[in-house]
Amino acid sequence: MKDKQLDTENEELLVLKDVKTSFFTKKGVVRAVDGVNFTISKGEVVGLVGESGCGKSITSLSIMRLVPQPAGKIVSGEILFKNEDLLKKSEDEMRRIRGDRISMILQDPMVSMNQLLKVGYQLGEPYRYHHKVSGSLREMCIGLLKKVKVPAPESRVNDYPFQFSGGMCQRALIAMGIANGPDLLIADEPTTALDVTIQAQILKLMKDIQRESRSSIILITHDLATVAQICSRLLVMYGGRIIEKAPVKTFYKKPAHPYSVGLIKSVPVLGRPSGRLYSIDGQPPSLLDPPSGCRFAPRCTQAKKPCFEIYPPETILEEGHKVSCWLY
Amino acid sequence: MQGYILKRVLIAIVTMFVVLTVVFFVFRMGAADPVSIMLPPDATPKDAQKLTKKFGLDKPLIVQYGNFLKNAIRGDFGASFRYSEPALTVLFSRFPASLELGLVAFLMALSIGLSIGIISAVKPDSFIDRFGRVFALGGMSVPSFWAGVMLILFFGVTLRWLPIAGRGSLLNFIMPAFCLSLFPIALLTRLSRSAMLDALKSDYVVMARIKGVPEIRVILIHAFKNASISVVTVIFGIFQAMILGSVVIENIFSWPGIGRLVLTSFFFRDYPVVQVYVLFVTFLVVMFYLLLDIVYAYIDPRIRYQ
Ligand SMILES: Nc1ncnc2c1ncn2[C@@H]1O[C@H](COP(=O)(O)OP(=O)(O)OP(=O)(O)O)[C@@H](O)[C@H]1O
Ligand code: SF4
Ligand SMILES: [Mg+2]
Repeated sequence: MKDKQLDTENEELLVLKDVKTSFFTKKGVVRAVDGVNFTISKGEVVGLVGESGCGKSITSLSIMRLVPQPAGKIVSGEILFKNEDLLKKSEDEMRRIRGDRISMILQDPMVSMNQLLKVGYQLGEPYRYHHKVSGSLREMCIGLLKKVKVPAPESRVNDYPFQFSGGMCQRALIAMGIANGPDLLIADEPTTALDVTIQAQILKLMKDIQRESRSSIILITHDLATVAQICSRLLVMYGGRIIEKAPVKTFYKKPAHPYSVGLIKSVPVLGRPSGRLYSIDGQPPSLLDPPSGCRFAPRCTQAKKPCFEIYPPETILEEGHKVSCWLY
Repeated sequence: MQGYILKRVLIAIVTMFVVLTVVFFVFRMGAADPVSIMLPPDATPKDAQKLTKKFGLDKPLIVQYGNFLKNAIRGDFGASFRYSEPALTVLFSRFPASLELGLVAFLMALSIGLSIGIISAVKPDSFIDRFGRVFALGGMSVPSFWAGVMLILFFGVTLRWLPIAGRGSLLNFIMPAFCLSLFPIALLTRLSRSAMLDALKSDYVVMARIKGVPEIRVILIHAFKNASISVVTVIFGIFQAMILGSVVIENIFSWPGIGRLVLTSFFFRDYPVVQVYVLFVTFLVVMFYLLLDIVYAYIDPRIRYQ
């Protein structure tokens, strides 16, 4: 239920209600997003973690209404952005929201840039298509590159993407993402494709930008260490569903879902002699015609009979900490 | 960029030189003795000697080759046996007809092929896409001479709507241009469709949409620019094949271009004309590749900045 006493800081910006996105393929229906619920408040930085293939990217593309065509389709649910259902918007209304109020950074910076168009041109696009523009956007683009700390922005603005390193591409993409000061920025694994040293720099940049702009951010990652650094809250996704939601501190102290417990154990801890890195046994689940019970059951050491039959409902453990597991 | 173009030009010059050499030796060694062909049946051996001397055929092959190159650079490829005019002049007098037909067919192929291809990729399984697929299949499997004959029979002979031969009015263009562009339309439709499908699936297109770029610009600027890299080679091939004149189509429709010229010259053993045709065609092909490389560099900055 909606809490009437929320102050403005905690105002809901984005609410997903039972969103389902499927791919209708020759082999069958891939339920990539299978009933996802969560809320993002204004100015909040939320981490979305989970194994490869669990549906993180498709969840974010669903929010953008850019699910890969023609196989993909948002089947049902509501995506309320500032209390308006994005799924009811026309294509043109969506276009006006994209890149302006909601923006996103894709997983792989090198292929997210059009290799045949100048970086400056691509940087200017978000502004150009949401404002009346007369004349050159060069100055603005240089400003954007400065903001994301690309060296020598005056000359770099005329470069082509292949003249940029991976880290610089990612900076440029972040610049495009924040060009219009969006309410929501979705960053899909912004550091995964980069070198470790560059990862830290990009993460710092994201932190700085968030502090300045007060945009809400959904940060998608595999990496719990990243989450700990900049997120206040965490959503754990498994097999197309959110299985646990918790403030970051709570999550680290007492993860509830057996999958989350495994995740925490698999994080290498500084100072602890890491003999064998813990990893969760078994295969990630297939999203092709998934079973009705808990998706984690085949890998769960604590699974009981109902686990295989009925999907566990969401249980509230304490304020802000929710889990979907029959143990609770 | 300048270095790049210079390199291509050098390659083109070397290629032309090689082609000249090959053509010289093939025609000198492979073809029948030109003197015996040119002489009337009642000529005396003395006449033959005179002619041999006139063409410099009594000199050693290497000297003949040198003369050939020297003349070629001056644009002199000998006189046509049949028209008693320089072979090049004969060829050039027929070239405009081929060029004209080729251009019309090329523009048809380009506009129809690309639009069907792009629309099919943007709206897969739509009516246009289905139509395009059937048409592409037909266009690639039906031989153009057969299509030509059928068209002549139906529109020319049975319905009498279109002239079946010659050049002159706009109506004369319709059938030969259609036949000539049938295969290229099919090819371009298929290629541009698959190139566009690939491009539209790519991350940079998703990124453009994420930025709120209007769809028409996503398609034409972001996707098509990338797709055009793989289509442009084929476009050049088609352009070249078309304006070089189609031997088959020009002969079916009695179109007075170089394709028809070369076939009749061949029957009349008018070697200088055949030879100049071969050289001209290769020259154009080499020029096209040069141009193609430059166009590539223009589209793709990665080449330009190498
Ligand atoms: N175009 C598509 N057609 C069919 N299935 C797809 C398509 N795109 C994604 N999927 C399926 O949807 C599921 C979710 O994919 P998604 O890309 O959201 O995973 P992810 O959590 O982002 O993984 P990663 O961490 O590897 O990026 C996957 O199981 C994948 O097989
Ligand atoms: S619901 Fe059952 S199978 Fe699923 S995580 Fe909980 S205990 Fe394990
Ligand atoms: Mg992903």
